Amino acid sequence: MFEISPLEIEALGLSLRVAVWSVVTSLPVGLFVAWLLARRDFVGKSALNGIVHLPLVLPPVVVGYLLLVLLGREGPLGRILLQTFGVSLPFTWEGAALAAAVMAFPLMVRAMRLSLEAVDRRLEAAARTLGAGPARVFLTVTLPLMAPGILVGAVLAFARALGEFGATITFAANIPGETRTLPLALFSLIQTPGGEAMALRLAGLSVLLSLAALAASEIIARRLRARIDG
Amino acid sequence: MLEVAAQKRLGSFEVDANFTCETSGVIALFGRSGAGKTMLVNMMAGLLKPDRGRISVNGNLLFDSSRRLDVPPERRRLGYVFQEGRLFPHLSVRGNLVYGYKLVPPAERHIQFDQIVALLGLEALLSRHPRDLSGGEKQRIALGRALLANPRLLLMDEPLAGLDQPRKEEILPFIERLRDELGIPIIYVSHSMPEIVRLADTMVLISKGRVEAVGPVDELTSRLDLRPLTGRYEAGAVITARVERQDEAFALTELSFAGGTLLVPRLELPVGTELRLRIRARDVSLARHRPEGLSILNAVPCVVRDIGIEEGPQVDLQLDANGAALWARITRRSLVALNIERGAQVYALIKAVAVDRYSLGRSGAAGRFLSEED
Repeated sequence: MFEISPLEIEALGLSLRVAVWSVVTSLPVGLFVAWLLARRDFVGKSALNGIVHLPLVLPPVVVGYLLLVLLGREGPLGRILLQTFGVSLPFTWEGAALAAAVMAFPLMVRAMRLSLEAVDRRLEAAARTLGAGPARVFLTVTLPLMAPGILVGAVLAFARALGEFGATITFAANIPGETRTLPLALFSLIQTPGGEAMALRLAGLSVLLSLAALAASEIIARRLRARIDG
Repeated sequence: MLEVAAQKRLGSFEVDANFTCETSGVIALFGRSGAGKTMLVNMMAGLLKPDRGRISVNGNLLFDSSRRLDVPPERRRLGYVFQEGRLFPHLSVRGNLVYGYKLVPPAERHIQFDQIVALLGLEALLSRHPRDLSGGEKQRIALGRALLANPRLLLMDEPLAGLDQPRKEEILPFIERLRDELGIPIIYVSHSMPEIVRLADTMVLISKGRVEAVGPVDELTSRLDLRPLTGRYEAGAVITARVERQDEAFALTELSFAGGTLLVPRLELPVGTELRLRIRARDVSLARHRPEGLSILNAVPCVVRDIGIEEGPQVDLQLDANGAALWARITRRSLVALNIERGAQVYALIKAVAVDRYSLGRSGAAGRFLSEED
């Protein structure tokens, strides 16, 4: 009864892979955007802010569809990707990771931006007077001080990516072993007569996974905060 | 040589500071809160960009608006000790101390880690965390951190302002030691006259964003026209004196200065020692004639140089004792009764002097006022 079936392992492994990749690849981009929004003034800042937050308010299906339009074989970006790198994202697990990353992006940027805004700029000025250039100051002062915020952003994005459904199914479809992550597998099971027991198990698995992620982040965040300030 | 000409407008406040002075010893930037001292120091450090101007330290041009030159703070090599310490909370005390040190090429590290740890007494704190430190300890580490970056000039922005008196007394000797032992010129921002008199050689007087006067501390504190700026509190003169003789029988020490001799309670100093004395205006009374039958030992002949214009019951007079400036504070009634005018010959009756012990290059208690009643 408590044995994990191959189907579950497949969905679980795929979900983890998609979520981890979506977070890891979007982390530097998220950091850069958070920095732009928190520290820079430029034309189109509010437009950027709006675009970043769009996935939060748009129906996920719309995001998935827009990705398809943009990155499909005939899409303006998709064609370039295909012709120059031979890469096609729709209907692949990488595409699922991209869809998850886009959906999770606003949460990640928001957490990072808040933590960056909380960094005491006077400490950065002090580091400058000690001989550190802007890049070094960012790496040795700013980044360590915003580490808890980065972690929170990453965990939120990870949890969001694990649960991503609408954009994924629209952009990457529901292909077993390729893009059928936990929520998609659950969805398929509910649609299958007699799949209720299995669906329940998958739901339980999702809960466990999310709880584990939250607990891990809590422990790391506590350690980071203890290091920074008691 | 420190050359500053900096103009900066922030809102309705404008700093337009212009001064030149030798970069040696401690240069005090003195002014009331809100006079623009911090803005000025930030412009020197490169943390605030002047609208216009030119700043150079010992021939190194740091800022020149006419040449569009603005050396970034990390390449100015000016140490900065901030009022609030600004220790990095994510680093240990050691990590804080070596932050700038590591960035100095080894060949240019004139100030060594062990030397600073010993000078500032930081050994026991090295593995601690900034959050576990007292305010005084934090400032000592901030001081060490700035020094270890091997700056050519140290900027200190009211480093004691956030501390209570015992903590100040804890830090002051360290500042005096680095002034005396490391030979790094220090720009010391303060609105506390006692601190400046104790530490500084040169004073830059700032008011409403402008430099009102630059010169030796004792000269500026004894200028009556600057009194509205230097303040009435503890007004007095700083004079240089020399130990002449020890009077064993009465436990007195005889000091000589330009204006004559002074007898003070016994000082354990060898004959010939040079020292700085501070004589407060309120410890000096005046007599028209050489007094007789008086218990006060020190009566110095002087000429009245200037008389302050005051509304209150008291008035301050600036005296010239054969070239040495002294101040006296008497009532306005006495001024009229004794018919004292500018140029009048008077005798300054000095009831107490304070020895600036740090002018002797030694640490210990701060300049205690030695009065004959002690």
